Amino acid sequence: MEKSIEEINLRIQEGNAHIVTAEEMPGIVDELGEAGALKEVDVVTTGTFGAMCSSGAFFNFGHSDPPIRMERAWMNDVELYSGIAAVDAYLGVTQESETQGSAYGGAHVLEDLISGKSIELRASSKGTDCYPRKTLSTEILLHDLNEAIMCNPRNSYQRYAAATNSTDNTLNTYMGTLLPDYGNVSFSGAGLLSPLINDPKLKLIGSGVPIFLCGSKGMIIGQGTQSSPGTLFATLMTTGNLKEMSPDYLRAATFKNYGVSCYIGLGVPIPVTDLETVRNTAIRDEDIMTNIIDYGVPGRNRPTVKTVSYAELKSGCIELNGEEVRTSSLSSYKKAREIAQELKKWVSSGQMTMTLPTRPSDASRTVNPMRESKRTPRVMEIMNRNVTCISQDADIKTAAKKLLRGETNHLPVLNDENKVVGIVTTYDVSKAIIKENVNDSVSMVMSKNVISTTPGEAVDIAAMKLERNNISALPVIDEEGRLLGILTGTDLGKLLGKRWYK
Amino acid sequence: MKLLVKIHKKRGQEPIIARTVLDTGVLINVERANIESMSGEVLIEVADPEAKRVCDRLKEFGAEVERLEDSVCRNEEECIDCGECVSVCPQNVFSFDEEWNITLKTEKCVLCGKCVEACPHNALSLHQ
Ligand code: SF4
Ligand code: SF4
Repeated sequence: MEKSIEEINLRIQEGNAHIVTAEEMPGIVDELGEAGALKEVDVVTTGTFGAMCSSGAFFNFGHSDPPIRMERAWMNDVELYSGIAAVDAYLGVTQESETQGSAYGGAHVLEDLISGKSIELRASSKGTDCYPRKTLSTEILLHDLNEAIMCNPRNSYQRYAAATNSTDNTLNTYMGTLLPDYGNVSFSGAGLLSPLINDPKLKLIGSGVPIFLCGSKGMIIGQGTQSSPGTLFATLMTTGNLKEMSPDYLRAATFKNYGVSCYIGLGVPIPVTDLETVRNTAIRDEDIMTNIIDYGVPGRNRPTVKTVSYAELKSGCIELNGEEVRTSSLSSYKKAREIAQELKKWVSSGQMTMTLPTRPSDASRTVNPMRESKRTPRVMEIMNRNVTCISQDADIKTAAKKLLRGETNHLPVLNDENKVVGIVTTYDVSKAIIKENVNDSVSMVMSKNVISTTPGEAVDIAAMKLERNNISALPVIDEEGRLLGILTGTDLGKLLGKRWYK
Repeated sequence: MKLLVKIHKKRGQEPIIARTVLDTGVLINVERANIESMSGEVLIEVADPEAKRVCDRLKEFGAEVERLEDSVCRNEEECIDCGECVSVCPQNVFSFDEEWNITLKTEKCVLCGKCVEACPHNALSLHQ
């Protein structure tokens, strides 16, 4: 038994269609069975409201008199991409203001525009025969623009990996604040309400399909960038008219020490055409699994700490390594529900009808890592192997001598098994000497919280450790904690100074 | 009234809170203290009518004094009910109700400021 799209649209137009949200669907299938649900339900609406960095808008500003060919352009000091035609430009949501930094960015410009606020547009150009003007500055409102078209390369992830942090320090990430020692878990996505979770084979969600986008009637362009339906991480490329959007469903955000992002409200109506669609849209949070990843590991392949369901994540608390750990949601489930409800109204009232994708999507696609023609250098390539170190039982006087002789400011402190148990600096030793404690053992003045690196670590990560902890050297240790060398800020400076580095 | 006192230790360690209590005769309730080697931050509570005197005396000792809200303050216009603040608060001030609205048990707040930094929507504040 199947239902055609025409049949569904006819019911919508006659006002007889039965529309439910993806949250209601599991209960309906429980009650009526799959065949019953197929007969009863015509459209399932979905919704999600979360941070989607890969978003932005194209503008056409109209021509000034005399006209300008904008080579660089800014809206409220946020730079646009203007390497297209004279008065066309693209504003990305994560671009930061040149005067306010991460407190104001592209997302804030979009939110201000759709809230009806006036924006300062500035532009510059070298001037040409046909476009003689060199500079421009004007106040504009959204309705003054010829076009303001949101166009988002990657929205609406099917699901997200959750995040935690094994290190001793708080991490500020695009997944929010991650407390030290697995202190919390942060997750994103609406679970059973997420559009793509309800159509994992991408049979009904694809090119040309109408959607809710930040309050406007938008459209899916196709699969988004980095889409990976083969691993259940599909994404969508979407578009919609900024002039129809509402600040209720588009909000600028700033993540501490990360930067600006934009919360996008997005919902897709799914026509219930066959039993497979019934089954797919009846998914529950208990059935949607995701991995909790350790963001404490600074590489691309971060280890999975645990696999959990969205039901567990949404409960506010999960068990991790025998401890109760609290969870935080980055996206708003309340707003996701509002979007699914709003979409339900649109379809019920005939404002939106169903369309099948205009071309098929490849549901087996997976994402590839970057091809790097030059590998970032590793610590072992620049570390200093001749490292002066000291035993933990040695006295301060010996340490002072070694520091002087070794022309170094840091001494890794070793125990009997040659393992690094601390580090003493010239400062620690001088302090002890002033207090006349020259006969004390090194272990009494050393810092025991040693921040170290490994030979295989990328030098960029080592550089970040130095910077974050405001220190000038890192002992290089093997898996057993034995000393292999030392990496100093000076070694790094020599290397990084030579590279393009910002 | 809650006051956030910032102390910079220049000459030795003067017990300026204790000195202020002695000098003014006002009882000061210390709610939270965070002392590092060169500076410190102490959150104190004093009765409203005495606040000015305490404040003046602390400033004479070289401290910076700021008046704080009695608990964290949420701007409902900016808040989108995400829940990012939930797990960062050491006092469990935030939780969801059945409709997924964020709710606050403000009486438990110790004004540590962790949630203020974590909120991506700039919806939380401590200062008046
Ligand atoms: S983190 Fe901010 S926006 Fe999110 S629920 Fe808390 S107060 Fe609201
Ligand atoms: S200020 Fe601290 S205690 Fe108060 S609500 Fe925020 S995180 Fe919790």
